[in-house]
Amino acid sequence: MALFYAFIAIIRRDLLLAVRRRSEIANPLLFFILVITLFPLGIGAQPHLLQAIAPGIIWVSALLAAMLSLDSLFRSDFDDGSLEQILLSPYPASVLVLAKIIAHWLVTGLPLLIVAPLLAVLLGMPTQSIGVLLLTLLLGTPVLSLIGAIGVSLTVGLRRGGMILSLLVLPLYVPVLIFAGNAVEMAGSGLPVDAQINILISILCLSVVLAPWPTAAALKMSVN
Amino acid sequence: MFLIPNAVVRFFHRMASPPHFYAFTDKVMPWLIIIFVLLTGFGLYGGLYLAPADYQQGDSYRIIYIHVPSAWMSLFIYMVMAISGAIGLVWRIKLAEIVAISSAPIGASFTFIALFTGSLWGKPMWGTWWVWDARLTSELILLFLYLGVIGLYGAIDDKRVASKAVAILALVGVVNIPIIHYSVEWWNTLHQGPTVTKIDKPSIHVSMLFPLLLMALSFKFYYLIALIQRIRIELLQRERNAQWVKAKVLELR
Amino acid sequence: MSLDQFLSMGGYGFYVWTSYGVTFCVLLANIIIPIMQRKQFFVKALKKQKNPL
Repeated sequence: MALFYAFIAIIRRDLLLAVRRRSEIANPLLFFILVITLFPLGIGAQPHLLQAIAPGIIWVSALLAAMLSLDSLFRSDFDDGSLEQILLSPYPASVLVLAKIIAHWLVTGLPLLIVAPLLAVLLGMPTQSIGVLLLTLLLGTPVLSLIGAIGVSLTVGLRRGGMILSLLVLPLYVPVLIFAGNAVEMAGSGLPVDAQINILISILCLSVVLAPWPTAAALKMSVN
Repeated sequence: MFLIPNAVVRFFHRMASPPHFYAFTDKVMPWLIIIFVLLTGFGLYGGLYLAPADYQQGDSYRIIYIHVPSAWMSLFIYMVMAISGAIGLVWRIKLAEIVAISSAPIGASFTFIALFTGSLWGKPMWGTWWVWDARLTSELILLFLYLGVIGLYGAIDDKRVASKAVAILALVGVVNIPIIHYSVEWWNTLHQGPTVTKIDKPSIHVSMLFPLLLMALSFKFYYLIALIQRIRIELLQRERNAQWVKAKVLELR
Repeated sequence: MSLDQFLSMGGYGFYVWTSYGVTFCVLLANIIIPIMQRKQFFVKALKKQKNPL
């Protein structure tokens, strides 16, 4: 039970910190919107073209936004030493790390879901696929945070971890991109997407169970 | 541990000690090179000269004698890297850590070779240098995974810490590789017809298969040779203040 | 089979020999680089032993 309280306490603390520093929420979100607006400017605003590549654009931008936001996951806690306190606490580090990841997703992943319908409309996506887009984002972005946490925990102690982080994390994002992007595309042509959604659910379950372990181990390594 | 004969345990204990390992590699190296040269010689002679041309692809299929073994090696070495990384992580064996990181550049080289030769094979077969074929794509992602490992090791100054980081990353990669592989394969079947993959599987005759197996074996020996070379320099650098390294330097004077 | 015929590889000579050539170079580099590094290491270590400061 005490573990549960600690878990909740960490989520509350991180959410409170995020509310006090609003730029942490706003930056990835703005980046997400900006990248998506750049695509029509870059490739021309032909409606079919945009409609055809909209799922891909939205998902690739979500990937990049998630990656950009990762640095804030452990950075401030690492700098001020509270990360060390979390790891020294009597509770299993992997569970507390999971709490931090959940809080981080609530702050950086969830807002993407809120603006995604708007962007889908901007890109002329068919209305029937917007629901599926939201569902894939709901299932996929937590995976991005969980996998990203592994990468960021390995690089948090480094001065220039940013470049290497993208190299570590982006290849691991490939399955999410493939299944989620494809589900949205299929939904656009009115095809069933149960298979893709089921796979995304299993990827999410797998990463919730597995990702906190290496993250905790890597954090212990980075802190020492 | 109780089932393993004492001599074997002793052998591994000795090998885990850097000076013993260094001396041991001095002794086995000539043998490894002889075996490698023989295997490669027979493999290439069989593959490039004896084996008949493929009825569909002519002589261009002869690229498989390096393409396929390289692709096998790229996965094999990743497994070796993850397993030895895990051993290093759990039992803190220095040599296992060094095996893990020394494997990475060799694995990346094999991945690069598999991609490059795949592209050169694809040009006459598919008409373009690059096709987003399932295997080529997963091989490309594997190359990124290798580069991530190498980059991470280079970015961390303390090499003991860097080895641990690499081991964790390699283990995460091992869990992900099958998922990435199947997702790419699934993506590929949706976006492209099965015609592309048909060419990838030539009807293989014994006279074609035998050199392929020889080359696969020869690449394994190449890996051992290259790995030992890398381990040696890594050992020397990490142990540069140890007595046995100083003695080695004095020997050379 | 003449040497010319062998080298032309039924018209695919360029593709086959480039693959083999590049493979050879990459594999060779993987052996040579550590050996050179080792030589350098010994040269440096010798210098350091002769005059430790």
